[in-house]
Amino acid sequence: MKDDIDTIIESGLVCPVIESALVCPAPINPHSQILLAHGGGGRLMQQLLDTVFLPAFANPLLNARHDGAVIEFGTTRLAFTTDSYVVQPLFFPGGDIGSLAVNGTINDLAMCGARPLFLSAGFIIEEGLPMETLQRVVASMRHAAHAAGVTIVTGDTKVVDKGKGDGLFINTAGIGIIEHPLRIAPDAVQPGDAILLSGDIGRHGIAIMAMREGLNFESTLESDCAALAAPVLELIHAGIDIHCLRDLTRGGLAAALIEIAEAARLQINIEESLIPVVQEVQGACELLGFDPLHVANEGRFVAFIPAGQVNQTLDILRRHPVGQEACLIGHAQHGTAGRVTLQSRIGVQRIVDRLSGEQLPRIC
Amino acid sequence: MKFVDEYRDKDAATRMAAAIAQVTTRPWTIMEICGGQTHAIVKYGIDQLLPGAITLVHGPGCPVCVTPVELIDKALEIAALPDVIFCSFGDMLRVPGTHRDLLAVKANGGDVRIVYAPLDAIKLAQRHPGKQIVFFAVGFETTAPATALAVLQASQMNITNFSLLVAHVCVPPAMEAILAGPHNQVQGFLAAGHVCTVMGYTEYETLAQCYQTPIIVTGFEPLDILHGVYLCVKQLEEGRATVENQYARAVRRAGSRDAQRLITEVFEVTHRQWRGLGTIADSGLGLRERYAGFDAERRFGAAAPGATTAAECISALVLQGIKKPQACPAFGKRCTPEQPLGAPMVSTEGACAAYYRYRRPPDSRATLQKTNP
Repeated sequence: MKDDIDTIIESGLVCPVIESALVCPAPINPHSQILLAHGGGGRLMQQLLDTVFLPAFANPLLNARHDGAVIEFGTTRLAFTTDSYVVQPLFFPGGDIGSLAVNGTINDLAMCGARPLFLSAGFIIEEGLPMETLQRVVASMRHAAHAAGVTIVTGDTKVVDKGKGDGLFINTAGIGIIEHPLRIAPDAVQPGDAILLSGDIGRHGIAIMAMREGLNFESTLESDCAALAAPVLELIHAGIDIHCLRDLTRGGLAAALIEIAEAARLQINIEESLIPVVQEVQGACELLGFDPLHVANEGRFVAFIPAGQVNQTLDILRRHPVGQEACLIGHAQHGTAGRVTLQSRIGVQRIVDRLSGEQLPRIC
Repeated sequence: MKFVDEYRDKDAATRMAAAIAQVTTRPWTIMEICGGQTHAIVKYGIDQLLPGAITLVHGPGCPVCVTPVELIDKALEIAALPDVIFCSFGDMLRVPGTHRDLLAVKANGGDVRIVYAPLDAIKLAQRHPGKQIVFFAVGFETTAPATALAVLQASQMNITNFSLLVAHVCVPPAMEAILAGPHNQVQGFLAAGHVCTVMGYTEYETLAQCYQTPIIVTGFEPLDILHGVYLCVKQLEEGRATVENQYARAVRRAGSRDAQRLITEVFEVTHRQWRGLGTIADSGLGLRERYAGFDAERRFGAAAPGATTAAECISALVLQGIKKPQACPAFGKRCTPEQPLGAPMVSTEGACAAYYRYRRPPDSRATLQKTNP
């Protein structure tokens, strides 16, 4: 075996680090296959990041585990991010895969405190997709990009055999510029920071679920899909000393707060009665046995700021359509690092934990 | 939200907890039967509002938890067959059989689908006449009427590509098994409100009398559970043992006659094995002979006995209220929701999973990372 390796090395086909490569750099993942739950934003996905991607690509920018990487060129700071969109159905109340793909990447840049500038768009299209569907999606992307002031400057198209895709998958990557000296990152959170939530939670996940599963509400529940850059940039412009921002996508509010608590090595305490949830979302969650804390959003974020700036921040957020219901939901503090606790409605504290994968509807 | 918020009111909960403290003079152990109640107790921290003398222990009322491994293995075997669409309620998908779970079968190409009602499986059978549609009929008396309705509909419509893997269980025989057990510690029960919505509570009156144990039919919201505990403690303190109905907004003494008729038409009472508890006489529902054509075990072969649970797992003791989840040496270390040794760690309504999710000690996350390979 050793001889074989030497031969390969001598052939110049691979570099000599192959010997160390024989020692697995990552802990062996307990799952021999990828399960859907590995993409659910829960503990399994975390495991995948910890055991496969982070060890393989480790570098300081990636290790920051932010929504995007913040890259410095001299005095210029850029934010760079990417995200793929596989939502089904392609069109849903409040949005579609196109607006989602544009807003989602804009939001990842905004969460770095950046002004989003340029996006790329990659399309993986399944053979047989109606042309009209693609045109509607593209028009929606153009509209969303225009509304947020970003330009789609490069792209790619691939068509796969019928049955090898699910209609349409979109990848977008984005670049934004950071025009202020703030360091906005999970590990910049300070003890005593106030946690503000930009609006009610759970709309996107439940709207998609309702459409997919044929649940009907008295009124149409719309996804919260929206671009969040405008309120964030206004907060920065107004001098709010933002320590961390995070949009609440897969895994919901719970997963976002746990990730931040772990990175900041602080404890986060929130209060259940302060977290707004609209009646349709709460009702659907009661029926299905879901917890709104874990349901996905596409137009909501949390901001960690000094406690003294809460009122000013809320005033600014509430002037924006996406922040009208903004509210204070809790604080960060010393305590058990990485732990998120919630004061329940009846006044008792409990842990907020990551789920294994996606929430599954219960039996009864 | 109406019908929810008023039962989660902090002031009312505090007042109810004070009332419980006032009537409590001695230690009492009370078991809530239903996994939904267990989940609410741990999630809202209801037990932490109670006086120290009251111990709540958690019963076997999580259908996912008590479904025997043999049946899950059978489900996995059927679900992996090429021309089968296997339908299940969502929270069965992660329950481990001997070697894997339904999600793993799905990842390997098995057609496994989550349904919200058994009638959804009938619709699938109509849409896919070339496929065999198998529904995993799990649950207590609460879900049995809906399963029965699906069987009746399939029978009336002559749908032949539909069958059931039946794992239905009944609550009262399990309660009796616990009360009659040599190590029983349960002095009072909170009965499962939803089961009683269907079955009523006349069956419990005999139990309460025979075993001199108060049984309170109880709902699922924090105030329901606190009120149930209050009524139970009051009876215990006064030396009474009757059935009381706390959940009167949903439950009548006779239950739902229509739902019961459906169950009786389609099912007969059988012995049933409970994961962790063993076989309990007359504790399950099986298809009557005239509907036996819908029995997946006849169509695809019977479940093979002999599957075992990990030796370290104490779920049998947890399900009988003899031990609490944290008393298990594997809890949070070798047994986690991702790699469960026993079913109570899997279902969101299982007692171990509820404690793991809401009560894990601060160091177990670190321990978990260290011990996982």
